[in-house]
Amino acid sequence: MEMGNENYIQNEPVISIMDLYKSFDDNHVLRGVNLEVHNKENVVVLGRSGTGKSVLIKIICGLLKPDKGSVNVLGKEVELLTDKELQQLRLQIGFSFQSSALYDSMTVRENLDFPLVRHSKHLSKKERITAIERVLDAVGLLQSINQMPSELSGGQRKRIGIARTLILRPKIMLYDEPTSGLDPITCIEINNLINQVKHQFNTTSIIITHDLTCAKTTGDKIAMLFDGKFIKQGTFDEVFSSTDERIQNFYKYNFIH
Amino acid sequence: MNIKPAEKNLISKKMDAFFVNLYSAAQFIIRFFKELFKPPYEIKEIIKQCYEVGYKSLFLITLTGFITGLVFTKQSRPSLSEFGATSWLPSLVAIAIIRALAPLVTALICAGKVGSNIAAELGSMKVTEQIDAMEVSAVNPFKFLVVSRVLATTLMIPMLMCYTGFVAMMGAFINVHQNEMTSFITFFQQAFEKISFLDIFSSLIKSIVYGFTIGMVACYKGFHAKNGTEGVGKAANLSVVLSMFLIFIEEILIVQITNSIRP
Repeated sequence: MEMGNENYIQNEPVISIMDLYKSFDDNHVLRGVNLEVHNKENVVVLGRSGTGKSVLIKIICGLLKPDKGSVNVLGKEVELLTDKELQQLRLQIGFSFQSSALYDSMTVRENLDFPLVRHSKHLSKKERITAIERVLDAVGLLQSINQMPSELSGGQRKRIGIARTLILRPKIMLYDEPTSGLDPITCIEINNLINQVKHQFNTTSIIITHDLTCAKTTGDKIAMLFDGKFIKQGTFDEVFSSTDERIQNFYKYNFIH
Repeated sequence: MNIKPAEKNLISKKMDAFFVNLYSAAQFIIRFFKELFKPPYEIKEIIKQCYEVGYKSLFLITLTGFITGLVFTKQSRPSLSEFGATSWLPSLVAIAIIRALAPLVTALICAGKVGSNIAAELGSMKVTEQIDAMEVSAVNPFKFLVVSRVLATTLMIPMLMCYTGFVAMMGAFINVHQNEMTSFITFFQQAFEKISFLDIFSSLIKSIVYGFTIGMVACYKGFHAKNGTEGVGKAANLSVVLSMFLIFIEEILIVQITNSIRP
């Protein structure tokens, strides 16, 4: 597995997004988004449903193409990469899907082995199993190794989804709504796991959410997305001490519901 | 006939959508051939899919093949016996089964069973973001999911066709044996008297084309499924309908070509 990004300089932002636009027919989702994420920083993108938060991270990992603007990840311009280069870059990005996106026809072990067997060909079967067990242990679900995804709860599926991305030791983690559809206690467990992943695996993360507890617990920096643009960026306290009515309403209604 | 502007607009939109779909399908087929020869080769997945397509269709194929041979023979007997030509029954049945019935029955059964299964599986993977998950983990989902399945249907349907032909002939033999007391060896000697290499070769070509069509249509519909579970159902349904439609079109074309080169 190739990990090197020779041109990437340590103190430069790990992810740099400039003047990003994306539309779907007449629906202008992103309208000039700018964002910088630095090494080992957890940035939370907050916003209401349908404001383009998920679209943003799908553009970062090259699943969607922007209409305009640039996305630079680990010193590489995503838009300009060839298929092979994009695959190399993706090995350094872990994407945790909102729906977990576990492969239904495979057991937990096979789900984790699937990327590993293709990208870590130098590992023997025994070494791969050890790596799988280590990652499952890190997310606290070693006992589920032989279970099918359909036998897992929502929280367990999220954890396994995160474990599957961690198996390739990515430098960047992208979390799409990590706490949506979970009970409050499981939400706290997932938030703690996100922080644990940051420290244990030294990752830089973007966390997409509309959950303020998740934002407060996991975010070093908060970026508030509204109408396709970031209207405020800063620490949690800086953002929510703003007098902007849109931010205050978001804060107020988040706790009412 | 006057066409209102709104209707004209609708027709033009539908035409646009048709050509966009056609272009997208052509790109899908070109991508298949490009990916087919590029490493890494997903051998394990191809073998698994061959098992799914081939072995798991055996029961249905045996049943339908046997009944087809039996019923076709039974229905043909009265017409031939009117002219006292029941001795032609084995060769008539053999020609019908090998030239047309075995490839068609196999293809139609597989379009329903295998095609809908593939389209539904890929469709549900698409709508639950499992295909995206493969892509972001730097695994080529097209290679893993599409190439393996299309290869499996293209390889296994000709084999299933041979098997259907054999089972249908056995069904025909049982009926002929019951009525005319013809022995096994005599039946097959008479049956293969009128069968040429071209008959067998054209049937093989047909079933390869049908297998490719079933796999391609099912994968294309599944890979492009949208709008949640409703979309998955639609993909599976459309896959069966479109495959069957294309199989009949291909049947006509191949029969025309074969007849034009038949001595």
